[in-house]
Amino acid sequence: MARDKVKPGRVPRQPMPEQPASERVQNFGEVTLGFSAELAQLEAERCLMCKKPTCIDGCPVSIDIPSFIQHVVDGDFEGAAAKIFESNSLAAICGRVCPQEDQCEAVCVMGKKFEPVAIGRLERFVADYVRGRGLSLAKPPTATTERRVAIIGSGPAGLTAAGELAKLGHSVTIFEALHEPGGVLVYGIPEFRLPKAIVAQEIGNLKTLGVQIETNVVIGRTILIDELFDEEGYDAVFIGTGAGLPYFLDIPGEDLNGVYSANEFLTRVNLMKAYRFPDSDTPVQVAKNVVVIGGGNTALDAARTALRLHPEKVSLLYRRSRAEMPGRNEEIEHAEDEGVVFQMLTNPVRFVDRGDGWLAGVECVRMELGEPDESGRRRPVPVEGSNFVVECETVVVAVGNGANQIVASTTPGLQTNRHGNIVAEESSGLTSREGIFAGGDIVTGAATVILAMGAGKKAAAAIHDFLQTLPPKTTEPPPLAAHLKPSSGGVLPP
Amino acid sequence: MFTIVEKKILAPKVTWFRVESPLIAKRHKPGQFVLLRVCEEGERFPLTIADSDKRTGTIILVSQEVGKSTGLLAQLEQGESILDVVGPLGKPTEIKKFGTVACIAGGIGAAPLYPIAKKMLEVGNRVVVYLGARNREAIILQHELSLVSDRLLIATDDGSSGYHGVVSELLRQHIRLGESCDHATAIGPLPMMKAVCAVTREYEIPTIVSLNPIMVDGTGMCGGCRVRVDGKIQFACVDGPEFDGHAVDFDSLAHRLRMYRDQEKCAMERAGVPHGA
Ligand SMILES: Cc1cc2nc3c(=O)[nH]c(=O)nc-3n(C[C@H](O)[C@H](O)[C@H](O)COP(=O)(O)OP(=O)(O)OC[C@H]3O[C@@H](n4cnc5c(N)ncnc54)[C@H](O)[C@@H]3O)c2cc1C
Ligand SMILES: Cc1cc2nc3c(=O)[nH]c(=O)nc-3n(C[C@H](O)[C@H](O)[C@H](O)COP(=O)(O)OP(=O)(O)OC[C@H]3O[C@@H](n4cnc5c(N)ncnc54)[C@H](O)[C@@H]3O)c2cc1C
Ligand code: SF4
Ligand code: SF4
Ligand code: FES
Repeated sequence: MARDKVKPGRVPRQPMPEQPASERVQNFGEVTLGFSAELAQLEAERCLMCKKPTCIDGCPVSIDIPSFIQHVVDGDFEGAAAKIFESNSLAAICGRVCPQEDQCEAVCVMGKKFEPVAIGRLERFVADYVRGRGLSLAKPPTATTERRVAIIGSGPAGLTAAGELAKLGHSVTIFEALHEPGGVLVYGIPEFRLPKAIVAQEIGNLKTLGVQIETNVVIGRTILIDELFDEEGYDAVFIGTGAGLPYFLDIPGEDLNGVYSANEFLTRVNLMKAYRFPDSDTPVQVAKNVVVIGGGNTALDAARTALRLHPEKVSLLYRRSRAEMPGRNEEIEHAEDEGVVFQMLTNPVRFVDRGDGWLAGVECVRMELGEPDESGRRRPVPVEGSNFVVECETVVVAVGNGANQIVASTTPGLQTNRHGNIVAEESSGLTSREGIFAGGDIVTGAATVILAMGAGKKAAAAIHDFLQTLPPKTTEPPPLAAHLKPSSGGVLPP
Repeated sequence: MFTIVEKKILAPKVTWFRVESPLIAKRHKPGQFVLLRVCEEGERFPLTIADSDKRTGTIILVSQEVGKSTGLLAQLEQGESILDVVGPLGKPTEIKKFGTVACIAGGIGAAPLYPIAKKMLEVGNRVVVYLGARNREAIILQHELSLVSDRLLIATDDGSSGYHGVVSELLRQHIRLGESCDHATAIGPLPMMKAVCAVTREYEIPTIVSLNPIMVDGTGMCGGCRVRVDGKIQFACVDGPEFDGHAVDFDSLAHRLRMYRDQEKCAMERAGVPHGA
C-alpha cells in the first residue's frame, strides 16, 4: 500500500473551502463548498488504515471508514460511495451535519498526535460525487414480501427505517404531517448548511426503492395507529415523530409581538421560504436588533438565519460560558465569523413591552459559573442586582424541544416516560405495544441526525424479524392509496 | 387531490366549498379545523370544518376573503384542487347534555358553529342560536342553522334584519327576559367573543370560545399559535382552538393577530387588491 511511504502527520488536515463570511451573509447558498477530488485524495492519504480502526466505533451506523477512504485514495469514488451506502443511505446529509468531532473523528487514531482525519468531509465529497453525476445506488428490491409497514414521520429516523425495510422487499408507506417530507432536515436546518435539493434527492432515492410517501397526514388525527393495523392492513408501525414541541422560557412578555420560538422562526424561513417574501406568501419579522436565546445548534442556526435577513445586529445570549455551548464548534466559529455577537453568562428574565404589545427589549441578569451540576457542567448562578436590558425588536427563543403527545395520547397502551418520550428498547426500538416500534428524537429527546438514523436502522432490522414471526396472510389488505387519493375531478352525485 | 366538488357564494366575500377529503371526513368532529395551502408558494392557513359527510368523503369549508390566501382560495373553481389540506386538527368540542345551549355566531362564525349546534341538538340539548352579522346581506347559513336549533334569533349592526345592535346585546336582553341558558358557545371576531363573555360572566354561564391565532403547522411544533388562558400559555392548535372564554386574554391575542399587518398589506398590494377591500 502506498500509505507506508507517507509519514503520518506530514500532510496537515485539509481545510474546508467555504464562501467568505462577508459574502455568504448576503445569501442563503451553502457556506461550505466541499472538497475537490485533489483535496479529498490528499486528505484520504492521511488515514493510517488502522488494523483496529477505532473510528468505526465512533460512528453510530458503523461505516467501514478505512475501506471507503482506501477507495478515495485509489480514485475509485464510486466504490467509496458503495462502501458508505452499505451502512448509511443519507451520506450527503451526514457528511454535512454530523457532529463528527464528537463521533468518528473524536476517536480517530490520528487525532492522538495530530489532527483527526476529516472523515465527515470525505464522506460528503464521496456522496456529492455520485449525486452530482446522477448515479443512484438505490435499486428496487428484486423480491417483494406481502408485508406492509407504516412509518410515521419523515425525519432521518423514519427515512432510514423506510429505506432499510424497502430494501428487504416490504411495502412501506411514510406518513408525514407537513406538506413536505424530511422533518428537521427541511424545516429546521437552514439551506445554507444543508441545501434542500440534497434532501429532496435522498427522498427521491427512497421512492426509487418503492417507498410511498403520504404527506398531509397527521397520525393520531387523520388516521389512528390502531386504524393502520385494523383497517388499513399494516403489519407493523415505526414511530419517528421527532422532538417537535418548542420549550419557552416561561417568563413575562413571552406573547409579545416579535417573540418567536426557533421552530416557528426556522419553519417560516426554511419550509415556507419566508426569505423570499413577498415572492412566497409566508412572512417573517426580522427587525433592526435580533436577539437569539440559547447555545445549541438550533440557536446558532436561528442567529445565522436572522443575519441573512438584513438586521443591523444579531446577538446570541447564553446563560453559561462559551465552553459549555452545546452547538458544534465549526458552527460556533462560522457564526462568529459572520458577525453574530455572543453575550455569554446572560440569562433573560423578562421581555419588555414597548407599550403597545410589541417587543422593545429583553431584561437579563448576569450569571456566574458555580459548582458543577449532574451533567458535569458548572451551574450558572445569577449575580444579584446585575439586571440590564438588551434592546431588540425580534427575539428567537431556542432553548430546546420536548415530545409532541399527539401519537402517544391517541394510542392506548403506548408507554411514555416522565418527559413524554416514547419508551422503546434501545437495541430494537420495540415499544410497550406489539408491532409498534419507535426511534429517533421521540424516544431519546432532541439528539442528532445520525443517532436518529441509527435508531431507524436498528428498528428496521427488528421489524423485519418481527414480520417473519407473523402467520401468512389470508386476505388482501385494503388498498390504502385508494382512500388517500380520491378520484380527481369527479362530481359527486347529489 | 383535494378537489372542490361544489362551490357557492354565501354572502359578499364569503365562499362555501365542498372538498373531497375522505380521510378527514371520516374522523372529523365538531370544533376541529384543517390547514390549507392553495399553491406552491402559498401560506398554510386554518379553516374550520363546517360539516362533513363520510358517505361522499367530503368536507365543507366556509371562507371569508380577508387577505391574500383566502383571496386565492376564493378564486378556485369547482373541479380544481386545493394543493394541501391537513386535518382534522384541534380538540373536538365537548358535546354533552347541558340543558339549554346558546350558540352565538358573529359573521363567518356561523360556519364553525353549525356542526356544534347540530351535535348539541342531537344529544338532547335545547339549542338557541343567536346569529349576528353586519347587515342582512352578511347573514350566512340562517336556514341551515334553523334546522339544527329550537330557536333562532338574529341581530344586525344596522338593523336591516332582526334586532338592531350587536349580538352580545341580543343575548343579554333574552337572558334578562328569562330565556334559559346553561352553557354558551361563541364564535366570531375577537371583539364579539369578548363582548359575549362579558355578558355570560355576569350571569355566570360557562362559555366556550374558538380562538383564531395565526398558525403555521397546526400540530404543536411551532408555538406560533400560543394564546394566554388563565395566565398560562396554551397552543391553540393542539390545546384548543376552543377554550374557556372567561379565562382567555383577548387583548394579547388581538395584538398577536396584528403581527404581520404590514406584510399582509404588501402581499395584497402585490396581488393587486387594495387592503381591506
Ligand atoms: C435547527 C436544528 C438544527 C440541528 N442541527 C443538527 C446538526 O447540525 N447535526 C445533527 O446531527 N443534528 C442536528 N439537529 C438535530 C436533528 O435534526 C434531530 O436530532 C433529528 O432530525 C431527529 O430526527 P427524527 O427522525 O427523530 O425526527 P424529525 O427530524 O424531527 O422528524 C420528525 C417528523 O415527523 C413528523 N411528525 C410528527 N408528528 C407526526 C404525526 N403525528 N404524524 C405524522 N408525522 C408526524 C414531523 O412533521 C417531522 O417531519 C438539529 C435540530 C434542529 C431543530
Ligand atoms: C382555528 C381557526 C379556524 C378558522 N376558521 C375559519 C373559517 O372557518 N373561516 C374563515 O373565513 N376564517 C377562519 N379562520 C381565520 C383564517 O384562517 C384567516 O382569515 C386567514 O388565515 C387569513 O389569511 P389571508 O392570507 O387571507 O389574510 P392575511 O392578509 O394574512 O390576514 C388578514 C387577517 O387575518 C389574520 N390572519 C392572518 N393569517 C392568519 C392565520 N394563519 N390564522 C388566523 N388568522 C390569520 C390577520 O391577523 C389579519 O387580521 C380560522 C382561524 C383559525 C386559527
Ligand atoms: S455518519 Fe457521521 S459519525 Fe458516521 S462516519 Fe459519517 S460523519 Fe462520522
Ligand atoms: S482511526 Fe483514523 S486513521 Fe485510523 S482508520 Fe480510522 S480514520 Fe483512518
Ligand atoms: S400552529 Fe404551530 S404550534 Fe400551533
